Amino acid sequence: MIDQLDPALLARIQFAANITFHILFPSITIALGWILLFFKLRFNVTKDYKWMEAYFFWTKIFALCFAMGVVSGITMSFQFGTNWPGFMETVGNIAGPLLAYEVLTAFFLEATFLGIMLFGFSRVPGWMHNLATFLVAFGTTASAFWILVLNSWMHTPAGFEMRDGMAHATDWLQIIFNPSFPYRFTHMLIASGLTAAFLVAGLSAYRWLRNDRVPAVMAALKTGILTAAVLIPLQIFIGDLHGLNTLQHQPQKVAAMEGLWETQCGAPLVLFGLPNEETRQNDFAIEIPKLASLILTHEWDSELKGLNEFEGNHPPVAPVFWAFRIMVGTGLLMLAASWVGAFYLWKRKDIIKPLAYLLIPMAFSGWVATVAGWYVTEIGRQPWLVNGVLKTVDAISDVPAPIIGISLSMYLVIYAVLMTAFMTTLFYMARKAGQKKSEANTPSSGQTVAEAVS
Amino acid sequence: MNIFTNGEWLPLSFAALMGLSMLIYAVLDGYDLGVGILMKDATDPEKDRMIGSIGPFWDANETWLVLGVGLLLVAFPKAHGIILSSLYLPVAVMLIGLTLRGAAFDFRAKAKIDHKHAWNNAFFAGSLITAMAQGYMLGSYILGFEKSLAAIGFSLLVGACVVAGYCLIGACWLIMKTEGELQKKSVHWARVSLWGTMLAIALISISTPLVSARIFDKWFSFPNIVLLAPIPLITAVLVIALEVLLRQLPKPNDRWCWVPFVTTIGIFVLCFHGLAYSFYPYIVPDQLKIIEAASAPESLMIILVGALIVLPVLIGYTFVAYKIFHGKAKDLSYE
Repeated sequence: MIDQLDPALLARIQFAANITFHILFPSITIALGWILLFFKLRFNVTKDYKWMEAYFFWTKIFALCFAMGVVSGITMSFQFGTNWPGFMETVGNIAGPLLAYEVLTAFFLEATFLGIMLFGFSRVPGWMHNLATFLVAFGTTASAFWILVLNSWMHTPAGFEMRDGMAHATDWLQIIFNPSFPYRFTHMLIASGLTAAFLVAGLSAYRWLRNDRVPAVMAALKTGILTAAVLIPLQIFIGDLHGLNTLQHQPQKVAAMEGLWETQCGAPLVLFGLPNEETRQNDFAIEIPKLASLILTHEWDSELKGLNEFEGNHPPVAPVFWAFRIMVGTGLLMLAASWVGAFYLWKRKDIIKPLAYLLIPMAFSGWVATVAGWYVTEIGRQPWLVNGVLKTVDAISDVPAPIIGISLSMYLVIYAVLMTAFMTTLFYMARKAGQKKSEANTPSSGQTVAEAVS
Repeated sequence: MNIFTNGEWLPLSFAALMGLSMLIYAVLDGYDLGVGILMKDATDPEKDRMIGSIGPFWDANETWLVLGVGLLLVAFPKAHGIILSSLYLPVAVMLIGLTLRGAAFDFRAKAKIDHKHAWNNAFFAGSLITAMAQGYMLGSYILGFEKSLAAIGFSLLVGACVVAGYCLIGACWLIMKTEGELQKKSVHWARVSLWGTMLAIALISISTPLVSARIFDKWFSFPNIVLLAPIPLITAVLVIALEVLLRQLPKPNDRWCWVPFVTTIGIFVLCFHGLAYSFYPYIVPDQLKIIEAASAPESLMIILVGALIVLPVLIGYTFVAYKIFHGKAKDLSYE
């Protein structure tokens, strides 16, 4: 059966599986690194040991996420060659330097200083440990910078010319600051902030519900909720700008997100509907008149291009349409949860039980929104791999379908195992931290507090 | 020196840089993969200590693989495509192995205590699978990606060779980083795996020229055979010196505990040069030359500038990290 499958489709599923599994962990670590630095600096200023307790607990989770991110990321660097050789053969002159700079300026920095940050607390002076923590956070962000430069360039390529079927760089500043980069990079950094904030809030809420309400837990809970409450309106604002930018450069993607088939003035917002590519309309649609035009152009009656303008050159509609709604829906839920949380923290200096129950599953709301958002933008780029330059089908290797089937199955099995282990371990660590009574209260750098990893 | 004027120096520098990354990778991740494999034969407290010796380093060690493959990807995209799609399954197997061991490294310490045993096994299995797969790839590369049954057999054998080599350098790392019973055990491991490594070097040195007439000529025609003789001779001297030294370790006051590790690095460097010499100027054996596979010079230039600025800094802070964690390994602690 498997040899009847399309190798291009299998390779795409495999790439999607690899990168989906991978992004879960960087989306935590990029922001969690900065949150850890915040905990550490709060301790330096206040000398209140609760911040160090929060730091040590979340450092362990950071280490776990970082390791998962590294190993799943190594897979990515091989995928280009094993499955998509056409990508580097066509745009290697652009993608190559960007990837090289990511490895050189970010990967080594974060990996090396992570060792000092995790295991060097009692071996190096305090300032050096602060510096290591800062460099790890900086490294993860730098890594995000380079990879989003490349990804944005694939959506809105600029600063190059084609010679003999190969892209050649003409202006590196235009390549790096290509039209969609500032929006995508900001959108992703805030997404990471929200992912980490809800993870911190959710796991702290779990400990809170188990009556583990020591100051360290309350400090982390507060940090998580307030960070989320500040970031989510910012994210909605940036998301809107990003949408306008996409409308300008990839109108077919926006048309798919909105489920808009016909070009029209005063286009309606489709709240619900089942996009049907056969009949080229939405079945069972519920629409609000003119709202899509208003949101996307900030005018009631302006024209929006429909999918029929791009027939044969637009992405599959249903996945983009649905992923977009999942992302926006999760975002609104985040807004509600974090603001209610912030309200109770302000009024009562504590949260309430129903909110705690809501925050636990929402520990992973950032994952849902981030992955859904990436599906919108990446599926929305199809059929192009590099917009207007290289089609996805033209980049594929000639590895036969059954072989890709084997590797894909291996990946899926190990991802399922690791995901189960990750989830159960997170909550196990939270329970274990609650059982341990804090023994020492005023250690400083240099003093080894007896708590081995195991 | 006409290579500087005809523009060939840029691809060649990248080939050298890539080779250097692969060599550093084989040494650095070699020792921590080796430690992972040797864990099978250790008691539980020893396992914690062994993990403690590689804990602060393994992440950065693996990054050299990303750099090596990254340089292949960015500087020689054509070769990258050919090599990685020919090695599709072994690459996938290696990635599974790397994923398993990287995840197991953290889970063994953080998951429930009754799962620790299973994660230890996963760490061992992941390390072994990774080393085997890398050796298999080397074997397959030597044979120019031939797909016969004999070729698969040969590649598997090279896989076992690489396992032996990694065990050797892992054991030598432990001799340097541990003390007491575990150190004695490590000396024993080193002596056993030295035999395996010796066989491995002999096997690869004999078979590589036999596979390709071109490589045979490069080594055995006159005057090359005289000029190149130091490579195998010094390797042999180092191997014998290592065996003699291992018989006497550990010495009082732990003198010379670092010598086996350094000697093994020497052996790795020489073997690497032998291989590099054999395959030069090809990047895909007998198919594609380094020059033919290179990216556009302006793109290579911008990477080279970055690399020349960043690499010294990178080596500098790597050195700092090793200095901070120098001396005998303790159990890992976050605090």
